[in-house]
Amino acid sequence: MSAIKKIGSWLDDRLGYTENILPLIKHLAPPRAKWTYVFGSATLFCLILQVVTGVALSLLYQPSSSLAFQSLNFITNEAAFGKVLRGIHYFGASAMVLMVGIHMIRVYIFAAYKYPREMSWVSGVILLLLTICMGFTGQLLRWDSNGVWSSVVAAEQMGRMPFIGKYVARLLLGGDTIGGHTLSRFYSYHVFIIPAMIFGFVGLHLYLVFRNGISEPPKAGRQVDPKTYKSWYANMLKEIGVPFWPDAAWRDTLFGALVILVVVILAVVIGPPLLNTAPDPAYIKTTPTPDWYMIPFFALFALMPPAIESWVIFLAPPLIILLMLALPFLSNKGERSPVKRPWAVFGVICVVIFMTCLLVIGYKAPWSPVFDAKPLPLTSVRGNQADSVIQKGTHLFYIKGCEYCHQINGYGGFKGPNLTEVGNRLDLSLIKIRIVNGGPDMPSFGGALSKDEVDALAIFLAAQK
Amino acid sequence: MNDELKPEQSRRDFLMKLSLGAGAIAAIAVAIPVGGALLAPLLENEQQNWATVGAEKDFKPGSVTLVTFQNPDPKAFAGVTANTASWLRKDLNNQFIAFAVNCSHLGCPVRWEANANLFMCPCHGGVYYHDGTVASGPPPRALSQYRVRIFKGNVQIQTGPIPITNLTASRK
Repeated sequence: MSAIKKIGSWLDDRLGYTENILPLIKHLAPPRAKWTYVFGSATLFCLILQVVTGVALSLLYQPSSSLAFQSLNFITNEAAFGKVLRGIHYFGASAMVLMVGIHMIRVYIFAAYKYPREMSWVSGVILLLLTICMGFTGQLLRWDSNGVWSSVVAAEQMGRMPFIGKYVARLLLGGDTIGGHTLSRFYSYHVFIIPAMIFGFVGLHLYLVFRNGISEPPKAGRQVDPKTYKSWYANMLKEIGVPFWPDAAWRDTLFGALVILVVVILAVVIGPPLLNTAPDPAYIKTTPTPDWYMIPFFALFALMPPAIESWVIFLAPPLIILLMLALPFLSNKGERSPVKRPWAVFGVICVVIFMTCLLVIGYKAPWSPVFDAKPLPLTSVRGNQADSVIQKGTHLFYIKGCEYCHQINGYGGFKGPNLTEVGNRLDLSLIKIRIVNGGPDMPSFGGALSKDEVDALAIFLAAQK
Repeated sequence: MNDELKPEQSRRDFLMKLSLGAGAIAAIAVAIPVGGALLAPLLENEQQNWATVGAEKDFKPGSVTLVTFQNPDPKAFAGVTANTASWLRKDLNNQFIAFAVNCSHLGCPVRWEANANLFMCPCHGGVYYHDGTVASGPPPRALSQYRVRIFKGNVQIQTGPIPITNLTASRK
């Protein structure tokens, strides 16, 4: 026996690799679990990527309310590969949210949460929530004016909880206002507290894979019966099972590697999100915008009827979480195949369409005033452009802020109705009434305009037809 | 035979309980200071003070000005985050009103649009009149106000927590 072999077998004897680790790597998995099964492990690869790049960033980052912004500038502009590192961590977070979402949809469509894998689903739901918390707290560590105001928005949402809301908001901000404690607390949540919980639940989630086995790809008509499932599953593995590594796991490894490569390419080509202005809470010309995976919720806040909004903000999250946790207990046996569970598939499609629509409309944000609307040029105005009253109306339409919300010929915002042809819908007197008194979702401008100004605006608008 | 085992059994039982009890006491001894750090913001009682934001005569009647002041007792490591802003309005009767910059909807910073005579929020389209009442959009209540006083010719604002809208807020 050569010396290397001797050392190898000594280590194996003392460490127990062949005895304890190899069986885990080679454990039998159901065959034909193909590309649909790669998203869970891809999430794990993303997590490892986030841990590694997160540790690297912590070598360069200053977790203090006063210095974080300067250190972010340093990381982005001066540190060796700092910009790429930030980019990888940013796109890695996006990839992780995406993978965790697809993984969950796959598990739901294949009903892999049924007996005996209920606790896999429960721990998975908790991991999903923790991932979202990581995304949000991480976004705040990008401590520019957007980070500051996003933490205020988060505190406001917490404030809607009955009785304890004020205290939770205060706990989140580290005091009554944004200040010295705010960032260090978010840093602690993002770097220590939530990751510790994630490690614990990932451990449980993976342990359960070994304990209950990888779920077999469903077949229409094959029912899950808690009385017989375990022995059926054991026999199936004995007959046709394949070793997890490499027969099943090569796909996980290949896909995970591709995901990481795409993340790195995006980080190099697109780069990390640009830093906004310094984190000064007294600087107010900022529009707090969350990263893309939070945009649908942000959009929902604009679209919900105000009367129910506060209730939805504090009731919907616990109800949805409760429902998700309850799922495997409400239905833990029977059919697993999506072919036999059309409503489950339909539900998933509805949720995906709903979230995508909210994402798209969230980026457009038609409910927000367009503060940088370009002045409406006289040449885009209908009616007699040489008329001084029309000219005055055109000017007022811009300077009085009408254009923030209303559009004429492509100039202006989307919050209110398009006024390109308003003259066809309303006559002069109705237009005046609307301007002076406002409407259901329009301020009254009676106090902000003189009588002459109202007249000029109304004549100008009535000519738009 | 069983009788002979009994003293041994009860001794072992006692030692087991002793170890668990000692572990619990040790855990509690550590949990108190750790919990203290976790809940620190709730345990501190933040004092508020009057912050001077400018001389009374420098504000024109009918104007709305963005003023900046420092939070009370800012920590040395707070840097610029110790700042807070307020929209200070001096009405035509020379009365001052200090509005919080936070939209009552979700806390985004509202902007004063002087020509339109409105406060506008960039996040979800909340709009307020010059007196802070809701003009349109989702805000559930008017803009919050800080207390203002004139002290030796200076305008002073009483600092306060970031206004948090609660569940039962209403526009009325």
